[in-house]
Amino acid sequence: MQKINFLNGSIRFLTAAIMMSATVAKSDILINGAGATFPQPLYSRWFSDYRKVDKSIAINYQGVGSSGGIRQLLTGTVDFGASDEPMNVEEAAKAKSLIHHIPTAMGAVAVSYNLPGNPALKLTPDVVTDLFMGIITKWTDPRIGASNPGVKFPNLPVTIAYRSDGSGTTAIMTEYLSAVSATWKAKPGQGKSVKWPVGIGGKGNAGVAGMIKQNPGTLGYIELVYAASNNLPVAAIKNAAGQFVNPSIATVTSAAKAKIKEIIAADFKLSLVNSPGKDAYPVSSMTWLLVPESMAAAKSVPFSSFLKWAMGDAAQKTAESLHYAALPKEVRTAALERIGKIKFK
Amino acid sequence: MSDTLRLPRIQRRRHFKSMVANGIIMIFAGMAILPLIMVFSYITSSGLPSLNLDFFVKLPAPAGETGGGMANAIAGSVLMVVMSGVMAIPPGLLCGLYIAEFPRQKLAGALRFVIDLMTGVPSIVIGLFAYATLVVPLGGFNAFAGSAALAIIMLPVVSRTTEEILRLIPSQLREAGLALGLPRWKVLLRLIMRAGRSAIATGVFLAIARASGETAPLLFTSFNNQYWSSSLSEPVASLPVQIYTYAISPYEEWHRLAWAGSLVLVSVVFTINLMSRVLLKRSSN
Amino acid sequence: MRSDRVFNLILRSLAVAIIAGFLGLTWFLWKSALPTLKVAGAGFVWSQAWDPVANEFGALPFLWGTVVSSLLALCFSAPVSIGAALFLTDIASKKIRSPIAFLIEMLAAIPSVVYGIWGIFVLAPFVREYIHPMLNGHLGFLPFFVGPPFGLGMLTAAMVLAVMITPTITSVCREVFRSVPDPLREAAIGLGATRWETIRLAVLKTSISGIFAAMILGLGRALGETMAVTMVIGNRPEISLSLFKPAATMASVIANEYAEAQGDSHMSALAAIGLVLLLVSSIVNIAARWIIKRTESKTHV
Repeated sequence: MQKINFLNGSIRFLTAAIMMSATVAKSDILINGAGATFPQPLYSRWFSDYRKVDKSIAINYQGVGSSGGIRQLLTGTVDFGASDEPMNVEEAAKAKSLIHHIPTAMGAVAVSYNLPGNPALKLTPDVVTDLFMGIITKWTDPRIGASNPGVKFPNLPVTIAYRSDGSGTTAIMTEYLSAVSATWKAKPGQGKSVKWPVGIGGKGNAGVAGMIKQNPGTLGYIELVYAASNNLPVAAIKNAAGQFVNPSIATVTSAAKAKIKEIIAADFKLSLVNSPGKDAYPVSSMTWLLVPESMAAAKSVPFSSFLKWAMGDAAQKTAESLHYAALPKEVRTAALERIGKIKFK
Repeated sequence: MSDTLRLPRIQRRRHFKSMVANGIIMIFAGMAILPLIMVFSYITSSGLPSLNLDFFVKLPAPAGETGGGMANAIAGSVLMVVMSGVMAIPPGLLCGLYIAEFPRQKLAGALRFVIDLMTGVPSIVIGLFAYATLVVPLGGFNAFAGSAALAIIMLPVVSRTTEEILRLIPSQLREAGLALGLPRWKVLLRLIMRAGRSAIATGVFLAIARASGETAPLLFTSFNNQYWSSSLSEPVASLPVQIYTYAISPYEEWHRLAWAGSLVLVSVVFTINLMSRVLLKRSSN
Repeated sequence: MRSDRVFNLILRSLAVAIIAGFLGLTWFLWKSALPTLKVAGAGFVWSQAWDPVANEFGALPFLWGTVVSSLLALCFSAPVSIGAALFLTDIASKKIRSPIAFLIEMLAAIPSVVYGIWGIFVLAPFVREYIHPMLNGHLGFLPFFVGPPFGLGMLTAAMVLAVMITPTITSVCREVFRSVPDPLREAAIGLGATRWETIRLAVLKTSISGIFAAMILGLGRALGETMAVTMVIGNRPEISLSLFKPAATMASVIANEYAEAQGDSHMSALAAIGLVLLLVSSIVNIAARWIIKRTESKTHV
């Protein structure tokens, strides 16, 4: 008797729950994506803005890291992915249909830190490498002081913060470190998940930014917008042209300007790390949305409209307001063409 | 106390030792409760200021923006817990019944062993399993997989509680029922389960409370969703996952929402626990 | 009766389904882990490497992290839990008993993610600002206390775990102490024992295996704990003797890396870790219940 009553009650509950969920926006098209945390602040803003343009499209994006995005896309559990590093050959081979890389914006991977007084630091490539290698262990090390005369460093050990999840931001940073240091290139090398010699792991750009923010003496790498929105100082890094350059929209744009033709020629899959150019910030990168041709028609049509909107002036201006650099006009035009050419199944 | 002073020294030492031990035990008991008070007061003081109507009715705002709430996360949690309850509670009750009432069947013994093992399976492993069996084949993260993972966690809890309660029911009740000529299944369902119903209900409530707080199994199954979810086959937001995502972020605004969410979650879980105890006490009177 | 046979059939089918489901879970883990185990064999458990780029995987750092954090948690929690249980059974007046017992059980109701938040924002700064200077400043020459004051790390994780397993150990100990027959206590009192001596001789001495079982159950709970540990342990697959260094547990690495593991070998390695975790938890669980059963059968003579 008791069990039947309970069954009764639970059936009623279930019906109510289903009805409740059914009354909410049944006509919405939900498009799910997962991927990099590098562009997540930008995408969450874009998707919310685009919903005002087209109320019937709900794009749900979760920042799980570039590796997560690629993996979920390949497994087919999300409709699109996002990554700060183009898919490599192995990954592309696993795809069931062609995956198009559409660039959306550009950003900088900033080296951020937590020191009393938030001094503006200048770091040379070898100092950066050795900090992450664990060779420079104290802030009072003369090598740091060499390019920062006049800065009083506290007697704190250097704690390195890195990404514990598979990250395109890590891939960009390690690409830079591999480019400026043969030792780094050999081991740990470059990749979305590497074996960091020292330090503590945080999840997502958010996790690393949080760790830097809360712990004095920490140094880590995060996308510029995470540093800006948390008032974390960033270091000026000496670029290939010998200038100390701060990460900013202007310096990232410089990095891209030198390579526009190559970007288009490489089907947008080009790295901007260590770009030539007087004002280029050496750890810059584009970020891509990964769009599979196997996306269902019900979703691919609205999603293409969104992509075209993202290449437009309004969206790119929003990107700049969030500390991302807008794509150069030539790249946007080429991308628009590309979007039109995707052969959705 | 003056009596003690008149005793020979060795007696006084023993009493002194006893008093010290008493004191230490009381301190330890206090230490056991202290974290509860610390956690609860921390969550309340950080979360209460951010607990407003917006929190309960608004959707999450984009990263870095203020405002926004966890309305969809609350709804999603309710949806999934209800679903998992529907999937886990009837089988859980039946399993507990089977193990307790048919002890001589080998299958019952095997089931008991398996249920025991299941209580020890880490929830992350269950999440892994649900991902591979219900997410990948179905082509996407979905609320159903999340509910299924929660159901796998709930079932052993319900079963064990039911089993333990039924063991306590005196055999006279069963014999009386059978003597009346009732078929055994009626005796079990109508009489025995009924006799233990409040204690069993307590166990069920505790299982529900436990499921509402689980995060790990939802990470790879229901994923997360910034919008209202409109179906069981899509990702859905849930309170614990949203709290986790916000807590490890660097945005102050999201931290405040995480604290508010924690307050809501803890309050709900506490209330369910409290209610079930009150129910138990009232029925035993 | 026929209806009885039908009912019996339903119950038996359900039992078979659930057992099959559990076997399916184990089989799935085994199948996913097989590639790694074939390549590395049992050496997987002893290998310290965890380098996804170089495709080197070994479970030892996580096994270390799990075992050490859980054992430490047990050390912190056991005296407190046993004391609390004793308080509830032998010292507290009837009026206080209920509310205090309720409060301790409420500790178990707090979700893991809330403990994680508390760990990040309250416990970690506390460790960083008070405990680290105290231990590192005065005893920093010991390998257990080296390391920068990060706040996140093995000690913080062990502390959070200790709070989480206290209610488990307390409630089992309470049951064990309650089942000590009163005549035993009365005999001790009759012989002139002080309260502490009564507790020590009549209750504690006879409950040793029960206390042991309670601790093992608490250990089992700590082994599988995921969220709170992931949020405060620092996520670094490294073996170190220091309490202040970051570490990683089997559950935390799965939570962090499974959704994104890409190479098949990476995924397989994580499944292998899941298998090891399942195995360890199950063994601990079975051991605890076996001890409890033995204790029960002894006292119910």
